[in-house]
Amino acid sequence: MITKSKKIIDKIAFGLLSPEKIRKMSATRIITPDTYDEDGFPIEMGLMDPRLGVIEPGLRCKTCGQKVKECPGHFGHIELAMPVIHVGFAKTIYNVLKATCRGCGKLLLPEEEIIKLREDYKKVVKRGNSTAAFAKEVIKKTSKVTKCPYCGREVLPVELDKPTTYREGGRKLTPAEVREWLEKVSDALGDDLRLLDINPEVAHPEWMVLTVLPVPPVTTRPSITLETGERSEDDLTHKLVDIIRINQRLQENRDAGAPQLIVEDLWELLQYHVTTYFDNQTSGIPPARHRSGRALKTLAQRLKGKEGRFRSNLSGKRVNFSARTVISPDPNISINEVGIPIAIAKELTVPIKVTPYNIEEMKELVKRGPEPEPLEGTIYLPGVNYVIRPDGRRIRVTSENAETVAERLEVGSIIERQLDDGDIVLFNRQPSLHRMSMMAHKAKILPYKTFRLNLAVCPPYNADFDGDEMNLHVLQSEEARAEAEILMKVQEHILSPRFGGAIIGAIHDHITGCFLLTYGNKVFSKEEALYILSATGYTGKIKEKMTGKEIFSKILPEDLNLEYKAKLCNSTEEECRKNDAYVVIKNGKLLEGAIDEASIGAFKGKIIEYIMRKDGSKAARKFIDKVTKLGIASITLIGFTTGIDDEDIPEEAQMQIKGVLENAKKKIQDLIRAYREGELEQIPGRSLEETLEMEIMRVTGKARDQTGEIASRHLGLDNSAVIMARSGARGSMLNLSQMAGAVGQQAVRGERIHRGYHGRTLPHFKKGDLGAEAKGFVSSSYKSGLTPTEYFFHSMGGREGLVDTAVRTSRSGYMQRRLINALENVRLEEDGSVRETTGKVVQFHYGEDGIDPTKSIRGKAVDPELILKEVTNE
Amino acid sequence: MSKITANALIKRGISKKVAEKVAEYYTLSELSKIGYKKLEKKVGTKSAEEIFKKLGRKIPVKKKSKKITRKIPKAKESGNKTKDEIIKIINEKKEYLPETIINEIAESIEKNGAKDKIKKVVEKAIKDYNAHLMEPLEACGIVAAQSIGEPGTQMTMRTFHYAGVAEINVTLGLPRLIEIVDARKEPSTPMMTVYLEGAYRINRDLAKKMANQIEITKMINIADVTVDIGNMKIIVTPNKKAMKRKDIEMNDVMNSLKKVSKAEINEAGEKIEVIPKDKRYTELRRLNDEIKNIKIKGIDEIKRAIIRKEEDEYVIYTEGSNFEKVLQIEGVDKTRTTTNDIHAIYTVLGIEAARNAIIKEAHDTLQEQGLNVDIRHIMLVADIMTADGTVRPVGRQGVTGEKTSVIARAAFEITVDHLLKASRRGEIDGLEGVAENVIVGQPIRLGTGSVELAVDIKKLKSLKVGK
Repeated sequence: MITKSKKIIDKIAFGLLSPEKIRKMSATRIITPDTYDEDGFPIEMGLMDPRLGVIEPGLRCKTCGQKVKECPGHFGHIELAMPVIHVGFAKTIYNVLKATCRGCGKLLLPEEEIIKLREDYKKVVKRGNSTAAFAKEVIKKTSKVTKCPYCGREVLPVELDKPTTYREGGRKLTPAEVREWLEKVSDALGDDLRLLDINPEVAHPEWMVLTVLPVPPVTTRPSITLETGERSEDDLTHKLVDIIRINQRLQENRDAGAPQLIVEDLWELLQYHVTTYFDNQTSGIPPARHRSGRALKTLAQRLKGKEGRFRSNLSGKRVNFSARTVISPDPNISINEVGIPIAIAKELTVPIKVTPYNIEEMKELVKRGPEPEPLEGTIYLPGVNYVIRPDGRRIRVTSENAETVAERLEVGSIIERQLDDGDIVLFNRQPSLHRMSMMAHKAKILPYKTFRLNLAVCPPYNADFDGDEMNLHVLQSEEARAEAEILMKVQEHILSPRFGGAIIGAIHDHITGCFLLTYGNKVFSKEEALYILSATGYTGKIKEKMTGKEIFSKILPEDLNLEYKAKLCNSTEEECRKNDAYVVIKNGKLLEGAIDEASIGAFKGKIIEYIMRKDGSKAARKFIDKVTKLGIASITLIGFTTGIDDEDIPEEAQMQIKGVLENAKKKIQDLIRAYREGELEQIPGRSLEETLEMEIMRVTGKARDQTGEIASRHLGLDNSAVIMARSGARGSMLNLSQMAGAVGQQAVRGERIHRGYHGRTLPHFKKGDLGAEAKGFVSSSYKSGLTPTEYFFHSMGGREGLVDTAVRTSRSGYMQRRLINALENVRLEEDGSVRETTGKVVQFHYGEDGIDPTKSIRGKAVDPELILKEVTNE
Repeated sequence: MSKITANALIKRGISKKVAEKVAEYYTLSELSKIGYKKLEKKVGTKSAEEIFKKLGRKIPVKKKSKKITRKIPKAKESGNKTKDEIIKIINEKKEYLPETIINEIAESIEKNGAKDKIKKVVEKAIKDYNAHLMEPLEACGIVAAQSIGEPGTQMTMRTFHYAGVAEINVTLGLPRLIEIVDARKEPSTPMMTVYLEGAYRINRDLAKKMANQIEITKMINIADVTVDIGNMKIIVTPNKKAMKRKDIEMNDVMNSLKKVSKAEINEAGEKIEVIPKDKRYTELRRLNDEIKNIKIKGIDEIKRAIIRKEEDEYVIYTEGSNFEKVLQIEGVDKTRTTTNDIHAIYTVLGIEAARNAIIKEAHDTLQEQGLNVDIRHIMLVADIMTADGTVRPVGRQGVTGEKTSVIARAAFEITVDHLLKASRRGEIDGLEGVAENVIVGQPIRLGTGSVELAVDIKKLKSLKVGK
């Protein structure tokens, strides 16, 4: 077997093509603007000359003899009748013309100054400073010279008439004259061109005026055949046709001795076509258009921007072995797993090399063909889609040929086996904002058509199931699989590098379930305990009667010792101890406190973080798997529901709320009166109006808080909605108070709503009304319903939120792109310093202590208190 | 031919044997140009050395392969007894702990009175510390960028909010974060926190005086300026109350009025009349505007100064910022007074201060939004922004624009210009960065991409393959 040696690109050098080089690398000169003859064959020396490469499958290239995918294409060339300026270098040419003498081509500076500049240039290069800035200085210096210090010729001011016309002292210079001038410069300056930031080794100024135009190979501008059989040419081809046509006419006219005026017009037209060929968005000239009126996409447009070659095809590449579908939840699989539909598993394959050790096994596998019958009691059996023979031939395995292909299987072949349970795959959800947006999972083939994932991995992906889709990639090499398994598996990302805390953890019902289980001293019967614990895979003993805390303790590691305030806790330690809001875990036994978001939640879960640090990722994964299942089992057993009646509050509380709101409105009226009578005390540095607004905002804010307080006084922990809010499962007490009490002040741009009609927000109010209702205060609750005006104001506030989100995503996306671009090359070296891959030092000691934020304890390198506790406990 | 070369070499003092050997391969002119390594390969080290020496050419110094080891700085001894003990233990073990951690350990040991456990605690701390170190070759830059960029989506766009002081608007949230990363010359809402020293710190009146000294006071703030069109003059009526509040004497008003160009000033009792020399209405109007905006007192740019009592001292918060001028005022605590204008800090205090200002501002902005981002990520961003001694923005005019790689720059923004410039200058892209290698389809030089695995075939063969 021949192994191809791996080619490594060491560097890429940039430079200009000289006319000679263009001719030399050309496969043919192009002279006719026509592409195909009547029979549909490409015309020789036309733009589709067969020597420029092949685009039709089956044909061979006339230059290199290779087939479609092998032949890279070959350049041709057009001999321009008259020289034209290259737009991209118009500015460079302008600078050279400004800095040099037209008579002798020398730099417009005295000899001694040039010698000094050469020295300076060396210094600039040595220091790594910008040579472009240096050149700018040089050009600035020459602008003061009025007479050439060498030939004594008077220096006339050169102007650039954008995009490509030059004038010397007001007289137009033809490109031919410019080229002549630049030739002189090349000869006279030699290596001193570097002072103008031009490297004479690769770029002569006169090459920036084109005499020969390279014609890109047909492979870069393939024509497509429409359904009607009509051929449609690429934009570049269209442009090249234009150039050749005008070039031909120019040549004919010039040779025939046509009037100067006509020749010049044609010359300018040629310049226009060449200019737009390079860049069709050059300012100052109208873009060349297609027959339909659409602007042509020429060279610059192909490269530029988000859809350009660089960002769309080079920095990001399309891949095979990937799948995308809607996601849905599955609490029964591990966080490390992902459920894959059978239909997808049958398409995606893993390559396996046939070796003497596995050939028999592989033969059996191939025999199954692409549609094997699942074994009894299973739903899926992986088959084989392709066999790649050692000579590189790909054979599609079908049910018919499976037997024969299997028989002929030889060592060195590669078989492409369909995805099976346990294969490592990458799973991703866009926008991929951080590395946890793409993690490795173990495949688990399941029925139906959606990807299934454990709910605990929703936070890192920021996924929900309202129609989200996700992508899946199957790894194709052993190295990739090893790397993914060790570095990218979900369990390795339980701690976020952003803040050194858990990002994967229980959410919603898991938290509610665990809270219901552990809050207070609920006692469960043996059957109940069995039901809950069996869900977690517990195999130990079960007592006749168990408290919720005892049940929860069964999934804790035995050496766990922790004490902290629960999410439930909102006051001092002592106070919380009384309310079962202070968690005490001793030797793996939950003694006090309810388990809620602070213990097991994503972003917060203390127990998860602790287990992760102490016993590693595998233990943490197991704990998360168990705790989520425990939560689900508990909530299923205990039962949980929430509805509109959860916001029911007694009559008296409603009266109280009404009172508070009335009171607030009255206060606002008082404030307004004080303002009108000029008695309002002004906040220093604020106008009277601003002061009033601020005061009113304060009153309305306070009113809402008070209503919330009244409402929550009547909503205890026997209320489902409150349980969710207090345990951190979903929603907040603010949400509840808005539902039960009052929605409160609506704001746009942080101010009370004031825009609308003249002097009022809506025609329902009097002009100049500054009262609460007229400016967007919603005194109704969501439950009681909003009045029409309130509803309108609420919609205004809501709309602002939507606009805000839309603007924010684009702005923060761009910021992140810039940050990534600035920091992508930065890595930690073995000596603890941080450097770019080019070797530039950024930090001498990473983060001033060398600590990995992921492994840190919420930012801290070590936790002395914890260590002390552990040492004392030993 | 080779004989002539050999003779020429012998003439130059090279031994016959070597000369003849070398002459077989090269001519004299070739030898004066040939690379050392190439020659060494062909004729051996000794001969190559001799030839290079005799021909007066420099033998390139062999670069020793850099072996980087982690340096362990020694902790200095301090006055604290517990601390000294900890340092002793660390030094004995030839390990390293940052000073902050030593302090924390000392504190927690003293607090809990666990002197007897000191050794065990320190040992455990060292173990933990070493375990928590970042792995070499980790792509800490990308992680930092993600850690700062990702919460951006969760931040508010609402520009104005008050930061501690209700009276002053400050840009916060995402716009402020973008402003910091952009290294804008001036923040959109400049603000200063001025700490005071000595008597100013505790005396409210003195603090008030200081605030008046800082805050800009214009004529319009302390006087009514009216135009008497009929008599072609402007009447300035100082407001005594306002003047007193602002600590301004009549003299100050007169002095500043004298600076008014092309006008005559008459004091008429309570009022001051200003008569333009050029008796035209346009001139009168111009004069009116000029007088209204005359600065009487205070520092330019500082529109407002507000005193607040914080714990046991008075602090002045200002809207608008002029770091340089404020620091020059007597009574201002130069060590604590600060501004949110990073460029001002850079010009006044230098690059390290600017770095710290970036870290503080970015961290505070994120913190205010309730987003937890490790300070190390922010430090890295601040360091890359200030690595070359100036404050560079993150973006095409700054960090990215100054990348050495043409391809990386072209892939970011302004693609065509970068390519044209590169071709004119004959730039060579060494493909060292991430973007370049992604583009050409090679492994990147970070993390696992910067190391390679090799299999020792001999050892592998010697292993028994069994079930």
